[in-house]
Amino acid sequence: MTELTVAGISKRFAGVRALNDVTLEFPGGAVTALMGENGAGKSTLIKVMSGDYLPDEGEILFDGEPLRLHTPADARQAGIRVIPQEPEIVPHVSVAENVYIGALPRKGRALDRATLNKRIRADLERLGFERVISPDTLGSHLTPAQRQLVEILRALTTDAKVIAFDEPTSSLSEHEVEALFTLIRRLREDGLAVVYVSHRLQEIFQLADRIAVLRDGGLVGVRDAADTDENEIVRMMVGRDLSAMFARDHAATDKVVLQVEGVTSDDVRDITFDVRAGEVVALAGLVGAGRSELAGALVGDLPIRSGEVRVDGRRVRLRQPSDAVRAGMGYAPEERKAQALLLERSVRDNTSLVVLDRLRRLRFVKRAEERRLTREYVDRLNVRTPNIEHEVRKLSGGNQQKVVLARWLARKPKVLILDEPTRGIDVGAKAEIYHLIDDLARTGVAVLVISSELPEVLGLADRIIVMQNGHITGELDRADASEEAILGLAMAEDLTTSLSEGK
Amino acid sequence: MTTATREPVDTPPKEPAPRRILSVIGPGNVSLVGALIVVVAVFSWLNSGYLTFDNVQVIGEAATVAGLLAVVQTVVIICGALDISVGSQTGVASVISAMAFMSTGHNPFLGMAAAIGVGIVAGVLNGLIIVYGRVNPVIATLAGLAAYKGVAQLISGGRAQGFVLGDDLFIFIARGRIAGIPVQVCILVLVAILVHVMLKYTDIGRNIYAIGGNDTAARLAGIKINKYLIAVYALSGIVAAVAGIVLTARTGSGQPTSGSEGLELQAITAAALGGCALKGGKGGVGGTLLAVLLLGALNNGLNVVGVNTFWQNVAQGALLVVAVIIQQRRSGERAVGLPT
Repeated sequence: MTELTVAGISKRFAGVRALNDVTLEFPGGAVTALMGENGAGKSTLIKVMSGDYLPDEGEILFDGEPLRLHTPADARQAGIRVIPQEPEIVPHVSVAENVYIGALPRKGRALDRATLNKRIRADLERLGFERVISPDTLGSHLTPAQRQLVEILRALTTDAKVIAFDEPTSSLSEHEVEALFTLIRRLREDGLAVVYVSHRLQEIFQLADRIAVLRDGGLVGVRDAADTDENEIVRMMVGRDLSAMFARDHAATDKVVLQVEGVTSDDVRDITFDVRAGEVVALAGLVGAGRSELAGALVGDLPIRSGEVRVDGRRVRLRQPSDAVRAGMGYAPEERKAQALLLERSVRDNTSLVVLDRLRRLRFVKRAEERRLTREYVDRLNVRTPNIEHEVRKLSGGNQQKVVLARWLARKPKVLILDEPTRGIDVGAKAEIYHLIDDLARTGVAVLVISSELPEVLGLADRIIVMQNGHITGELDRADASEEAILGLAMAEDLTTSLSEGK
Repeated sequence: MTTATREPVDTPPKEPAPRRILSVIGPGNVSLVGALIVVVAVFSWLNSGYLTFDNVQVIGEAATVAGLLAVVQTVVIICGALDISVGSQTGVASVISAMAFMSTGHNPFLGMAAAIGVGIVAGVLNGLIIVYGRVNPVIATLAGLAAYKGVAQLISGGRAQGFVLGDDLFIFIARGRIAGIPVQVCILVLVAILVHVMLKYTDIGRNIYAIGGNDTAARLAGIKINKYLIAVYALSGIVAAVAGIVLTARTGSGQPTSGSEGLELQAITAAALGGCALKGGKGGVGGTLLAVLLLGALNNGLNVVGVNTFWQNVAQGALLVVAVIIQQRRSGERAVGLPT
């Protein structure tokens, strides 16, 4: 049986230690989960195994033989494949061509469609996917799960022996996650060594045989999944207990800050709700319910067709995002790298971006004041950065999210809209962000949180608004909210009959 | 023990001299300074007249027009855009400045104001087409390159227009000196300082870097990016007009095409050599000016040692490609698919 071993791997980036003497085995026929906070070194380890990074020290052994991995191609040659979160799929060609891309069967220079068809059908049958995916579907029509499946097929048709999944479920629906797990279990049965990186504890316990925990670049320990529990793993990851993760006091006042009346846009219709000062309202719903689109409309990013938005009783004319910013709204979007951060600029530049108009005299930015402000918020949010001139792209995901929050806190908004504020963030940083949201509410900010994680919604919100198909299907108070109640409303339109019977 | 003395704990250790010099120049510009030293060394070895005060002045004057355009191109590129039409705008402005000068009874101020007005109109038009017509900046300004050149030829009938060297102000720009330095070079330095201050010390400059770095993020942070893009193209038009006025003064008359053709290539080459990332968000005036100096020194050197001018075009094109290749190598981006 194959076994991949990393032995004594160390890696530094510009003096910062990313991996420190990590020795770990990935046996065939088992799922080994890699866990750790962001910045713990999981991605770096995966990238060393995939040949993207050369380790400074240590070696990689494959069945006891040392491997020299200089490029990703070397790793692929050796049978090590990494399935990225967002696989590269060519949109305008079929699944079959996507799978064998780079090694398409041909006659002379012409594509040999007959052989291609025969081969994909044989491979699909051999691997048991013939009902999951059709070889003729175009790349652009694939769901996120199917895209990953194509990437897995690419790996399996080239004789992979080790497959690493890097947070594969972050863009998958529950149903798709289940399909992926079934597949991963099959890979295990076929004797492959599976490496699985994820933040989601539940998944890890469903799937993994062994759990390896990294912290600050070093290996904390390896546990058999059967002999451990979530609390122990969390303790290993953060070195502390997180039972008080959702300590929240009800701080809502009677003063309505954000009023949304009958807002209709291209994606949502007839949305009416309000958020009071000091209140945390969660927008719950399934992916695609129109929550992010609603947030986009409220902050002036997407056009509003009819309806009104008021902040502190004053109507806001939303033609572009700057109107919302001026009215006192802050918005941390879902895709922080693509939509919020200037990755190649410093923490200082990123933090001061929306307060420059308050930091200037005759259009000149007061730099000392700017540095002072940045330091204040970096300290307050506990952003882990060597200094405020550090480039944001070099920070871990949790710290990047804190920089986005620092930016808006520095502006002291009346309304803060957070779209999936803890997505892709480790438990430690999550807890810090929950505390921060609590603090904010206490200072009288009206907070609207969009989240797909139900425990988070339940722990955080004073009130929960549930959406489906672009409109509100119900509102729950903190006291009567439960996961079942939220899910019932989130799928209300699919369950109308059963729900009306229940009432 | 040893001769080393202990620094007081609360003062930061003094940086060694080479590193301090490095931080003043900027690490990205070291290779430019190196290249400049090599170029100067080679040509002064080939020709003793190269490194004289007179010839250095000639280099400076010859580089002024392209230098002005390179400085403003830097701003456009930092925004993540490109302006290929700067050379043609310079031509229009040159013709307009001379013709307005003649038709207003030899009033140099009206001539220059008319040129700058036309520059603003051309720049704003570029910006409007890009922002509201949703036309890719390269295509929009490529169209501008052709159209503005045509406009210059139409209003001038394709010939040099007017004669301005009877006027004191134009003579001052052409031949004057301030503290021994040619006025043209002073204009370049002044514009460069103004642009540098704008980019580095004002919120306008910060927002320009933000737009080039991530336009979605900039928009969601409340920056009115349309307004900024149009303003940046207007600035490009204004500086192109200033370059046109300098060109008129140098040649004594309004030049529709000669003297301004190919300037866009020089401007973009200088900006790229100077370290502007063509995808935006990175770069600065300092690097661009060094690159202008390098290109000027190289062109002049090739002239001095008598190399065929056609070879200079080849050298220019090769330099642009080399500059971008070096940039791409440094950025460490994955070498996959079409480069952006």
